[in-house]
Amino acid sequence: MSKKNENVMKSRSIPERMSGNEAVSYAIRQVNPDVMPAFPITPSTEIPQMVSTFIANGEIDTEFIPVESEHSAMSAAIGAESAGARTMTATSSAGLALMWEELLLAASNRLPIALTLVNRTLSGPININCDHSDGMGARDTGWIQIYAENNQEAYDNYIQAFPIAEDPRVHLPIMICQDGFITSHAVENIELLEDEPVKAFVGDYEPEEFLLNPGKSVAVGPYSISAYAMEAKKAQEAAMERAGEVILEVAECFAQMSGRSYGFFEEYRTEDADYLMVIMGSAAGTAKAAVDMLREEGHKVGVLKLRVFRPFPEKEIAEAIKRSGCKAVAIMDRCESYNGCSGPLGSEIPAGLYRSKIMVDTVNYIYGLAGRDFTVDHVREIFAELEQVARGEKEAPNHKYIGLRE
Amino acid sequence: MKNTVEIRWHGRGGQGAKTAALLLADVAFKTGCCVQGLPEYGPERMGAPITAFNRISEDKIRVHSNIYDPDYVVVVDETLLHSVHVTDGLKEDGAIIVNTAKSADEIRPLLRGYEGRVLTVDARHISEKTLGKNFPNTPMLAATAAVTGIMSRENFLKEMEASFAHKFAKKPEVIKGNMAALEMAYDKAEIEMAREAGSSEKKSGASSKEMKRSA
Repeated sequence: MSKKNENVMKSRSIPERMSGNEAVSYAIRQVNPDVMPAFPITPSTEIPQMVSTFIANGEIDTEFIPVESEHSAMSAAIGAESAGARTMTATSSAGLALMWEELLLAASNRLPIALTLVNRTLSGPININCDHSDGMGARDTGWIQIYAENNQEAYDNYIQAFPIAEDPRVHLPIMICQDGFITSHAVENIELLEDEPVKAFVGDYEPEEFLLNPGKSVAVGPYSISAYAMEAKKAQEAAMERAGEVILEVAECFAQMSGRSYGFFEEYRTEDADYLMVIMGSAAGTAKAAVDMLREEGHKVGVLKLRVFRPFPEKEIAEAIKRSGCKAVAIMDRCESYNGCSGPLGSEIPAGLYRSKIMVDTVNYIYGLAGRDFTVDHVREIFAELEQVARGEKEAPNHKYIGLRE
Repeated sequence: MKNTVEIRWHGRGGQGAKTAALLLADVAFKTGCCVQGLPEYGPERMGAPITAFNRISEDKIRVHSNIYDPDYVVVVDETLLHSVHVTDGLKEDGAIIVNTAKSADEIRPLLRGYEGRVLTVDARHISEKTLGKNFPNTPMLAATAAVTGIMSRENFLKEMEASFAHKFAKKPEVIKGNMAALEMAYDKAEIEMAREAGSSEKKSGASSKEMKRSA
């Protein structure tokens, strides 16, 4: 981030109540991006709807492009961002899937587009409810991905999106994810920030190179021969690696403005925990509430809530697990990989543990697919099973489904 | 008020149970509570059974699941009593509030053995009388506010009036009817609570457990 920490304006907190979709739309109003191409899809439909209302009311001067599909939405976003405009869009599920080819183009052309993803399952069976299969499906497209537990985090993450993505060290597109319906449509308390500090925090978008820049022409998306294409891919990968430090710097500035701190993940009562649960999204809140109950009953349990999924903080997660000194870890995936053995986190986290030479029992659980509810009782059931596994009373289940009808 | 109050709404698509849950979250927020208004979404069709949830607490709410052991159940459409197990998990020291012209004694046999308080409010009658149409959610919202005791009558009505002034900015003529519906339903719910307290005292000599909170 180009601005120095001392330039961050402190903001007053404004207590409000709103849904996750309203919270992100509120942030968009504050950021006032240049262009928003979008095609509506449940459960993110309200976002383009609310943004177009702000535009119609003259509250912001964003150019809204109503397109005929998500493929076109991302294509238009790529065009606008290439031209030098700060660009964002919103989508869910099949909408993100339809963007697939363009997602890779946006990342490889190093275009810092912000996409607000309201997580919804991919078909089939066709279903409108939450899981992470849309975001996880795009995990190798080169986008930064940050997940939110609640409306507050969706709002806070969105405000941090542009300074992260647009940083010259990064220049990558970013997905700000929240759980469809569970947070997007639930009305909850939130602490909003004032417009001025948010605008100052996000700043003006001043790309170094862009298409509509007379006298300084650039080519966007040209053919690259094998003699050079691999270097381009490596440069993109290096940018993703650098994104980690930028995410932490931006979080630090954000804390100065808002008083709210963020990192790659949150460690909730992990100190001295015998058993840990690694979880992402709204279910982390449910897990934290369950941990408080279990702690009161004398069980030493904790939650590691993953916030930043791309870049994947492999080493930091492994170190946090080691630091807790736990005996076993439940790795929670709200997504099936159909690889016959594990979900996405279920394979990436143990890989990190292995590379850091940390040997600890892990059990991968699949939960909440297609909106299946995830409850405090499920968390209790999982921790009880982890205890049995660690005591050698039970063999570690592999890739176990939680909350499945029997 | 005890730490967290959990409310489950049962209605049919189009009756406004979801809106009522969101409005309840809204007014409770204005009295300084932590709130959650969480509609359950699925294939949305007019007339299909739907549920919506409220958590209202003095502490930050972190649980994001549906509600299985509610303190209160609100039934916006009494025909659901035949097809949906509305009292599942409902706490015995809680209450169920049903929109019906029938009495609590007539409704109780449909509640699969629920032994807690049963309160009835004829929301249809109230709505038709005050609004000229059947919008059962507005009276049921007031009845719920009264029974749960999350805020005083005066505060509830004041906050709802402000809410309606915002919501119906383009048709202020409907505000008066809506306020009358709220008042009538709130009063009916209080009468029902008094009746219920009287009958349970007769039965057990114990007074009903009412949540009290000075709002």
